[in-house]
Amino acid sequence: MTVAKPIITNSAQLTEFTAQTRTRMSDVTKINILVSMGTCGIAAGTTPVLKALEESLAAQNLTGVKITRVGCMGLCHSEPTIEVVDTASGKSVIYGNVKASHAEAIVAAGVHPAEGLKVIERGWYYPEDEENTQDAPQARIVLRNSGRINPEDIQEYIAQSGYQALCKVLLEMSPKQVVAEITDSGLRGRGGGGFPTGRKWSFANAQKPKEKYVICNADEGDPGAFMDRAILEGDPHAVLEAMAIAGFAIGAKNGIVYIRAEYPLAIERLQIAIHQAREMGFLGKNIFGSGFDFDIDLKFGAGAFVCGEETALIASIEGKRGEPTYKPPFPAIAGLWGKPTIVNNVETFANVCAIIRNGAGWFKRIGTTGSPGTKVFALAGKINQVGLIEVPMGTSLREIIYGIGKGIRNGKQFKAVQTGGPSGGCIKRDQLDTTIDYDTLVLLGSMMGSGGMIIMDEDDCMVSVARFFLEFTLDESCGKCTPCRIGNKRLHEMLTKITQGKADMQTLQKLRDLSASIKDTALCGLGQSSPNPVRSTMNQFEDEYLAHILEGKCPAGVCADLVTYSINENCTGCAVCKKRCPVDCIRGEKKSVHVIDAEACIKCGMCLSSCKFNAIDRK
Amino acid sequence: METQAKVDEILTRYKDAKRDALIPILQDVQDSCGYLSKEAVIQIGAYLNLPTSKIYGVATFYNQFRFQPVGQHHIQVCRGTACHVKGSSGVFDRFCRDLKINDGETTRDGMFSLEVVSCIGACGLAPVIAVNGEFHAKLVDDDASRIVKEYKKAAKEGDNK
Repeated sequence: MTVAKPIITNSAQLTEFTAQTRTRMSDVTKINILVSMGTCGIAAGTTPVLKALEESLAAQNLTGVKITRVGCMGLCHSEPTIEVVDTASGKSVIYGNVKASHAEAIVAAGVHPAEGLKVIERGWYYPEDEENTQDAPQARIVLRNSGRINPEDIQEYIAQSGYQALCKVLLEMSPKQVVAEITDSGLRGRGGGGFPTGRKWSFANAQKPKEKYVICNADEGDPGAFMDRAILEGDPHAVLEAMAIAGFAIGAKNGIVYIRAEYPLAIERLQIAIHQAREMGFLGKNIFGSGFDFDIDLKFGAGAFVCGEETALIASIEGKRGEPTYKPPFPAIAGLWGKPTIVNNVETFANVCAIIRNGAGWFKRIGTTGSPGTKVFALAGKINQVGLIEVPMGTSLREIIYGIGKGIRNGKQFKAVQTGGPSGGCIKRDQLDTTIDYDTLVLLGSMMGSGGMIIMDEDDCMVSVARFFLEFTLDESCGKCTPCRIGNKRLHEMLTKITQGKADMQTLQKLRDLSASIKDTALCGLGQSSPNPVRSTMNQFEDEYLAHILEGKCPAGVCADLVTYSINENCTGCAVCKKRCPVDCIRGEKKSVHVIDAEACIKCGMCLSSCKFNAIDRK
Repeated sequence: METQAKVDEILTRYKDAKRDALIPILQDVQDSCGYLSKEAVIQIGAYLNLPTSKIYGVATFYNQFRFQPVGQHHIQVCRGTACHVKGSSGVFDRFCRDLKINDGETTRDGMFSLEVVSCIGACGLAPVIAVNGEFHAKLVDDDASRIVKEYKKAAKEGDNK
């Protein structure tokens, strides 16, 4: 493949190009209308809104107004979302739940909120660009560009100081200095474990072989976590630039992004970004005239949760079954094809450029001493404002759930928050004031994980939640080691028995013992952490386990075998439930209260969902 | 015979391929043929000089690969945690009941197939399903029946035209 001569070959050209791009943008654009075009936005219907905006812009014949397709703004609760920015003053207004019919009003209004539309408070600041004058709870370092620039246009990234960190590293620093800077910043792996990134890099840097690899782990498999997808869809260049910096730091020429095939939009944007970066000369041979070569390839994951584990991921790239291997040797010593390899998560990489641009000292001022910086969380479940948030480490759970998330849906009681996905645990109501970082979460019996936060209310049964996670692990266990393959199967059987009301107190003890054995003996991180949801729910919600076992009741009314359906006096005798019942177990005369035959009932819930009069009780 | 030609065409894109090209080849073949047929697997094995058993060993390990053709409308139900706490199992059960098939199966007329997939990362829209890649968000059980009916109706109207 022949590539045309790169556009930028030294640092002076980058400086000039950046200045030119900025001037051109601010000259042409007075009002910038940002349209959120992430996967969620598109699924919620952004495309027709975009079309309507373009049409009304043409119809109103305004100059200086530009429409930009941006990545996720993190406001999933109000998609489709649009932000209108005055480029000169930086003033902006964010609209939520926008419809195509609103387009005309939005274009006409500028940055003065248009009437009749849902306006959303921003709630975050950008530590790199401004002071936190509004006392915003969120600080966006990783999500700095997501929702602000067009991810498919490298010039917009360059205007945001893009590729300056790479330029600085290549021309002004030695690999050892880069490793030292990252080590000094205290950046820890954002994929879950929290291993210091700088130390990982220093291991690989110290290795002799000439061939080394940088792998970006974008195999985001934790159910309930979608921050990596949002970063890659909203700001792919930040990750590419950081991979090149990592390559320089450890002495690697090749980078690989291992990404889930289930993320088609992220893949497409990455491909565009890689192509543009090569054209500009930020990837390829002799970058910035420094003599350093680096290029990046994509590999698509084929759908295996265990491939998020670094040794399994490497096996998968080599074309094998994605089974983990025993560590040591660590990948930083012998990884892909037996060569030194670093595997870092998408979010970890997304921090690197900001650290290089602003220095380790700047980064350490945000967050806590043990866990500097910010963390992106995906808030989901029974919460009013579902979304993607980025907060400084050390923010309390209460602030996240009640401040940013605006509390529990339908005025229900908060019961627990699940963090860390299938490897994590649940945190209870009385621990809401805990400030979160890597270490406090482990103390609470959970873990950071990749950052999924599922909020649960009084209607959720914790035994059933534990069983749900085990079902997931069972399905995803690679089957290599016995504790994980068979142990989890037995755990799942015991939990199923409990949810059916067929267990005794001995089961509870066995559950505890087996969980401990699996934790101690499984081969990889997935196996060792797989009993975590069981252990954590047993410790925090023992009363629910006891209610299932001793009283044969599911307090939340979730476990189908332990609930009964009945009809109360609200029944008008409309006979809709009777018609829809698949086993014909509802009887009654027209216009009189009906009765459910509990013996014949299969507890499918069809009557409950079809009744318009709140006449079906589920207990 | 058509499959063979398609696989051949894909293999020409992988010159001097080694073991690490196996998964990308399998992905491309499934993309183009819809699933991995026995013939396709044998053909790939011959090309890469790998025993068929090894290829099945790899292919069955990953969730992405299918060994049966999917239906005309492929329904994927997300089993992520957010979808679970918002009632995705009810939605899934309704699909099973209405279509009379289970996870990984295709209806006899080849019209629908059903698959439970790991989190598709649209937790803000939970519970969510995708039909041929098109998202349907914030579903309740009855929406499942409605969606099936709509597709059946559309198919019928198409027949009458």
